[in-house]
Amino acid sequence: MSPKEIEKHFSQQDKDKISSSGMDFTEKTRSASFLQEDAKVLVARALQDSMEIISTQEALGIPQFKEHFGKAFKALGREYPAETEGGYCIRVKKGKTVQLPIQACLFLKAQGFKQRVHNIVIVEEGAKVYLITGCSASKAAHEGFHLGVSEFFIQRGGYLNFTMIHSWSEDVSVKPMSIAMVEDEGTFVSNYICLKPVREVVMYPTAFLKGKNSRASFNSLILSHPGSFQDIGSRAILKGDSSQAEIVSRAVSLGGKVIARGHLKAQSHNVKGHLECRGLVLSEKGTIYAIPELETELRDVDLSHEAAIGKINKEEIEYLCSRGLSASEAQAVIVRGFMDVDILALPELLRKEIKELEDKILGGAF
Amino acid sequence: MLLEIKNLSVRASGKTILRDINLSMEKGQVLILFGPNGSGKSTLIKTIMGFSGYEISQGEIFVNGEKINDLPIEERVKLGLGIMYQHPPAIRGVKLASLADFLCKDKNVIEDFSRKLSLESHLKRDVNLSFSGGEMKRSELFQLILQGSDFLLLDEPESGVDIENISIMGKALNTYLKQKGKSALIITHTGYILDYIKAKSGCVMMNGRFWCVGEPKEMFESIKKSGYQTCKECQCPQKK
Repeated sequence: MSPKEIEKHFSQQDKDKISSSGMDFTEKTRSASFLQEDAKVLVARALQDSMEIISTQEALGIPQFKEHFGKAFKALGREYPAETEGGYCIRVKKGKTVQLPIQACLFLKAQGFKQRVHNIVIVEEGAKVYLITGCSASKAAHEGFHLGVSEFFIQRGGYLNFTMIHSWSEDVSVKPMSIAMVEDEGTFVSNYICLKPVREVVMYPTAFLKGKNSRASFNSLILSHPGSFQDIGSRAILKGDSSQAEIVSRAVSLGGKVIARGHLKAQSHNVKGHLECRGLVLSEKGTIYAIPELETELRDVDLSHEAAIGKINKEEIEYLCSRGLSASEAQAVIVRGFMDVDILALPELLRKEIKELEDKILGGAF
Repeated sequence: MLLEIKNLSVRASGKTILRDINLSMEKGQVLILFGPNGSGKSTLIKTIMGFSGYEISQGEIFVNGEKINDLPIEERVKLGLGIMYQHPPAIRGVKLASLADFLCKDKNVIEDFSRKLSLESHLKRDVNLSFSGGEMKRSELFQLILQGSDFLLLDEPESGVDIENISIMGKALNTYLKQKGKSALIITHTGYILDYIKAKSGCVMMNGRFWCVGEPKEMFESIKKSGYQTCKECQCPQKK
């Protein structure tokens, strides 16, 4: 579908919902687009020849993609659901840097639909790319379900910056399963943003740092609404010599239940990892469990963590009040600061977009 | 009268800290508050500002004739009160620049004072997060100047600040207080601040009560020489 046809295809309400998950319908600020509604792929279009983007169905006919299908899960001895329909496959060609982000959107439309996709991203040697994936649901998609299997392959010296925005609704359950395989000198950055209500999210993406000097960083901003259950973790297996990982998460509960997990596993010498998990509970009904795990069988590793959860510090509120803010304004400013976009590793364009999204949902600071 | 405190007693953490004190300050006055650790100086300042945890068990506080006992903090700010914290809390994700923009609409003023107080690079940082002692104090003074408060409550403005920065801060504070209608209640242990600002009155607080009243530099010299013991023996009347 062309951008014009897409415009016509969706109602304004659906378009707003999709936009809130990071989709630019004009494609002016993007280098490629993928859009799937329920099981149907509507768009798979690259605007540059430094990459290719096709539907998974199509990709299974291409050996280069097919050989990667399930490869990451098999490498870690994990099972993955075989019955999937659609999803995107992206390959960024060797040595190419794609400046503008690639956008992908998985949209739930029909009532009770169970969307099950399998995505593959291959970043070839020395290539660099930003990918923003938005997952959202139409107002009509009651009792929806989304399962997303994703495999990321970052080859030697490659860089993948993967941003995922969840913008579901109260009665949708989602289960993303993803593994990133990172080779020598490669970098995988994951930014996860979930500010809208959702019934249930269960995810524990893993970065398998198998290459020497490989890097992974997971950053998450989670707002938990009443009735939501979010069991969200990040794991890095540091297998390559001198590999490094960092996990940072911020969760604010407005009444929902959050389990914030993190796991760093050292399997090689000279690896380094840090895990930081912070949570604020703003409602008496809200709960946050922080479960940081560090694991090593070797001595010459450096793994650390810090976790802090609780209510807003009264002293911080009074500090801002002494500068002239009311107590409720002070609370809003503190929450907004806590959900700082700058903990995410984003290019300026996406940083600005996500800041605007936070402005809309959390209100502006000051 | 700028400030009038009548028969004030204050409890914190279940203990009586201030005992039946009286104090009045006029507009334009700078009053220096001396006293040993734990004597109740910070409690007095925090009670005037309205912070939680300081319960007024008796007495009244008036600012510009208005009783403020039950006013929320931000309403006291509207009356011209402004506080410089001794240990300000860090607020993650809230940039000093955002706070500065909130306090003062004039970009040039912000730029000017951030330069004067060597805080240009701090504007981009989270407020007080990993600031050194001296940086915190400069940032506090910076915010107060931008806030334009008429009545400054300063809790040990020079503690933890190196000599060079004390001079920078002292001068900035002095310039600020020279403006018409600006007043301050200043707690000091080291007395360094007295070299920079003109204060005509000082008093000593001990065990939750005012003791001596006098010329601040003379008082400080005497305290330096013989400690607060002399104050205890001194027969000065408590300021009523």
